[in-house]
Amino acid sequence: MTATKPKAIRRLGDVIFANLAFFAGVSILATLATVAAFLFVQSIPAFTGPEIAAAEDGFWNYVFPFVFGTVYASIIALIIATPLAIGIALYISHFANRRFAQLLGYAVDLLAAIPSVVYGLWGILVLAPFLNPTFMWLNENLGWIPFFAGQVSATGRTMLTVGIVLAIMVLPIMAALIREVFLQTPRLHEEAALALGATRWEMIKMAVLPFGRTGIISAAMLGLGRSLGETMAVAMVLSPAAVINFAVLTSSNSNTIAANIALQFPEAGGNYSNLLIATGLVLFAITMVVNMIARWIISRRAEFSGAN
Amino acid sequence: MTSQVTSSFQGTADLPKWVSPAMLLAFFLGSFTLQVMLASSTEQNELNLIPVAVFGLVGYAVALYALSRFVEGRRKATDRLVTILVTAAFSLALIPLLSLAYTVVQNGVARFDAEFFTFSMRNIVGEGGGALHAIIGTLEITGIATLISVPIGIMAAIYLVEYGRGTIARLVTFFVDVMTGVPSIVAGLFAYALFVIFFGPGVRMGLGGAIALSVLMIPVVIRATEEMLKIVPNELREAAYALGVPKWLTVIKVVLPTALAGIATGVMISIARVIGETAPLLIIAGFTASMNYNPFDERMMTLPVFVYTSYANQGVDMQSYVDRAWAGALTLMLIVMVLNLVARLISKYFSPKG
Repeated sequence: MTATKPKAIRRLGDVIFANLAFFAGVSILATLATVAAFLFVQSIPAFTGPEIAAAEDGFWNYVFPFVFGTVYASIIALIIATPLAIGIALYISHFANRRFAQLLGYAVDLLAAIPSVVYGLWGILVLAPFLNPTFMWLNENLGWIPFFAGQVSATGRTMLTVGIVLAIMVLPIMAALIREVFLQTPRLHEEAALALGATRWEMIKMAVLPFGRTGIISAAMLGLGRSLGETMAVAMVLSPAAVINFAVLTSSNSNTIAANIALQFPEAGGNYSNLLIATGLVLFAITMVVNMIARWIISRRAEFSGAN
Repeated sequence: MTSQVTSSFQGTADLPKWVSPAMLLAFFLGSFTLQVMLASSTEQNELNLIPVAVFGLVGYAVALYALSRFVEGRRKATDRLVTILVTAAFSLALIPLLSLAYTVVQNGVARFDAEFFTFSMRNIVGEGGGALHAIIGTLEITGIATLISVPIGIMAAIYLVEYGRGTIARLVTFFVDVMTGVPSIVAGLFAYALFVIFFGPGVRMGLGGAIALSVLMIPVVIRATEEMLKIVPNELREAAYALGVPKWLTVIKVVLPTALAGIATGVMISIARVIGETAPLLIIAGFTASMNYNPFDERMMTLPVFVYTSYANQGVDMQSYVDRAWAGALTLMLIVMVLNLVARLISKYFSPKG
């Protein structure tokens, strides 16, 4: 009378299929590991090989201005994009009427679909000339602020223009993420606030924003990750120099890692290309850390990722 | 009678509905005329639109706030101010979209002709020539990238939804999300570092571009497929199991067909996302002026790289290079728009209703 536990039949097809699926899943981890490993292996000749003219003061002195430029451009982009993204998300989730809002959502998503090279072309041929008079004005009237000091670029190809282009490029993903979080606000909280006589803004301040705070933080981190790695728009718009410069309106700007690679790599020979790969590894490390922090914050709460 | 009563209770009445739009119009018109007068008085013939917008908006916001505060009270005035700011933020985001669409179309049509789609750039200096070599390259490289990414992506998603439990599945989920943030140029460097091992330094190959694009595409396919597999009702799986269908056949014959429309949409969107990638292809596929049908050998031009090099390496007749760059940008934008549109149509008409 011993009850034998029924054993599931393991068919051959099941075993093969399950393993295929398993290896496909694990291949993601393997890919990320190989990316890091190959970049590392290919970086080594930059340190062991003959000295490279571009980096005669050593690797870290070579890469530091680019790290600075990368982070600086992204921070400018983030300062511009975060309030705008919150505004857009609020507008679509709580201000526009329902039918209209969905259409507007598509319009903002379209911004994300535009290739970065098109942004670059637009940035240099349309946006830079358009902004230049304003840059002049900022320099004349607010030049005492160190950021706006210095000789204004005549072309508009400045750090601030790059920051604005990057801000436009990361806006859609940030706005989409924040919108999702805002839409998850418990309906009862909102209705309770309104029932107590709150205006729409008071309701948002009391119910929506506290609920969405982590969403806003992680969206900002994701936007940061995107703009750190953005290449073509920066490569086309910025007029670069190998300096560290906080002024955002001049024509000597710190280049970003990604843009420097894109500009130098096609012509690079010998172990100069290994040096560029080493800078790429630095960029990979920075973006990985930023993205992992962002994902960690998100994974603690919302079912949302940048890929859907 | 009523109007007198309400006005005596300051801070309790409502502003009529027409006040806000009327003030908006008035302030922008005022700001515009002011700038026109200023521009003509200082002999600067160019009208700068930034001050028009700034003064118009600030004036409107301040005036409406003041008026509302006087008539409706502090709380409603703050509400109105926030509404203005939020709406302004949204309109501000639409300006680049409109400007981009307008400039790309306006500048792109100059060379958007038959020659552009039937000629390569071989032996072309100055006018003429086209982007056929780049279009072929883009189609081949993106096609191969799709062939690599879709099976891996779908299988990985099946693993996550149907099989994955425990630490490894959680790790995969986490790193799929992290992988969406890998910079595209790093993907290009990875493909280069991989191919250098086999082909030596300075390798350029279309296949490498496809590998780089796959790294960027796989996580997007996984996330899209995963979302779709998750919404397949569990009853369908249980019904299949109850009939004695093995799990793998259940997935292939029941789950996947149900989710097919959504997966197709996701694949289209992921193609749209990588087809415009420039940086990785610049690194590993390189650029050339000639046709190259073979992705396993030599440099291969692609449309985004064509746009970039046309602009960056302008020859003697500069305008014709810039014109070609814009025409390439227009082609690229159209491809991306069509892919997005088709994706939306698929999900609208073929997805299961309910």
